[in-house]
Amino acid sequence: MSPTQAAARLAMPLVPSDPDVADLATMPRQKAVIRNVDFFYDNFQALKNVSLPLHDKRVTAFIGPSGCGKSTLLRILNRIYQLYPGQRATGEVLVDGENILAPGVDLNLLRARIGMVFQKPTPFPMSIYDNIAFGIRLYERLPHSELDDRVESALRRAALWDEVRDKLRQSGLSLSGGQQQRLCIARAVAVQPEILLLDEPASALDPLSTQRIEELIAELKADYCIAIVTHNMQQAARSSDYTAFMYVGELIEFDETERIFTHPKEKHTEDYITGRFG
Amino acid sequence: MDLYARRRVVNGVVMTLSVAATAFGLLWLVLVLWTLLENGIAAITPALFSQMTPPPGSAGGLLNAIFGSVVMTLIATLIGTPTGILAGTFLAEYSRGSRFGEVVRFINDILLSAPSIIVGLFVYELLVVHMGHFSAWAGAVALAIIVIPVVVRTTEDMLNLVPNALREAAAALGSPKWKVIVMVSYRAAIQGMVTGVMLAVARIAGETAPLLFTALNNQFWSTDLNAPMANLPVVIFQFAMSPYADWQVLAWGGALLITLTVLFLNIGARMLASWSTFKQ
Repeated sequence: MSPTQAAARLAMPLVPSDPDVADLATMPRQKAVIRNVDFFYDNFQALKNVSLPLHDKRVTAFIGPSGCGKSTLLRILNRIYQLYPGQRATGEVLVDGENILAPGVDLNLLRARIGMVFQKPTPFPMSIYDNIAFGIRLYERLPHSELDDRVESALRRAALWDEVRDKLRQSGLSLSGGQQQRLCIARAVAVQPEILLLDEPASALDPLSTQRIEELIAELKADYCIAIVTHNMQQAARSSDYTAFMYVGELIEFDETERIFTHPKEKHTEDYITGRFG
Repeated sequence: MDLYARRRVVNGVVMTLSVAATAFGLLWLVLVLWTLLENGIAAITPALFSQMTPPPGSAGGLLNAIFGSVVMTLIATLIGTPTGILAGTFLAEYSRGSRFGEVVRFINDILLSAPSIIVGLFVYELLVVHMGHFSAWAGAVALAIIVIPVVVRTTEDMLNLVPNALREAAAALGSPKWKVIVMVSYRAAIQGMVTGVMLAVARIAGETAPLLFTALNNQFWSTDLNAPMANLPVVIFQFAMSPYADWQVLAWGGALLITLTVLFLNIGARMLASWSTFKQ
């Protein structure tokens, strides 16, 4: 069985009698299932028949060399790619059984359910408070005090509250890079999404800020289904439960992180994680 | 001569030429400003701001012309700014890469460099001929047509400077597109957009040609937008061409007034722009 097929099997409804997947029955609930997804930038096919599950309250890391399609895959999950004409995805992404790639899905509501944090910090040009409140106000009309509470708890979740509690009215742009990124995580968490997508969230940060982000991910996974794209192998090994290794648009191997990093089934995966290429 | 010595000589020559060219340009600017100050400062009196344009031989001021210029510039800005900002928004946010957007952008660039007298003639045909008389409305519309392409251009340029990552981040929170534009793109670009509007106002403050065919002039105090209205550029044009010494003095005064206004608007625009870059 090829690795892609193997991953596809993982994504299928589990059949207990199947010996290949029997041990997977103990896995946590599958929050999302990516099934036979292809992706195109105009005529260029960037993803080929990718299938894998995302587990609830677990972190799934997408690793692979530049251009392998890992960010593209992440961008399918909230359909953010649709901001650009000429990009399209086929196949299925089932979130709690509902295919979010189907036509007629309300993209704004979908994105409110599936939060995203980008590689570069993207604070909005408004106050720290308004940065957090922006997303909340989109879908909820809350009295002032309640909104204050939500902002505070989001900032606490992102381990930023103590640093900004006295300057909530200051511009979000006045924060340092690491603080800005935590602000963006707080902003994503504030709307109480079900899935959190992190696109190389620490790659523009110094080691100390990176460590804080990783600690944050470890805390957040208690409540969310998290998918993270990372270039940093140690980061994937440290902070994820499952790892998907991708190469030129294909999913080469998907497994528990520990197994990927200790006993990869594929030669390709082994070469990559041991630093022989990429 | 070795390579290094040659390079030094070439550098010296190019630098000398550049400095000379700059000095040449500045010389005329300084001369113009100096002449203006020398001749105009005498006319800057309380009477200039409190009395109407006089018949030849009697004392007077420019109050009706100042009022007319302010009113028409204001109306033109009120028409031109929203139109220009919305069109610029369309180009930057909605029509990226589309053929229609390219065409609109091209036509806007033509409008941007269209001679203002053409705009005056156009509004003359469009409004003055149909209304049967000159009017402040026609003047304001002509000025608005000059404002629009400037604002479209600056708005589009400023919005294009807003990183896409910011739009993605807002969209990723489930924000509808119009909210992304209003709450995020505009906020990020606001200083540049305001600067553009101020530059457009500075531009129309001194436009004469479009007003000659539209608002014309009025010797008396008038607030009727359906009637011809006095305005600084046309009054300057008329008074400066006249053989009467007191009219010529008033023309100098008006010219100095417009120049100072434009100067301050430009300085204001600059300060706003540098303040925004400082803040970020």
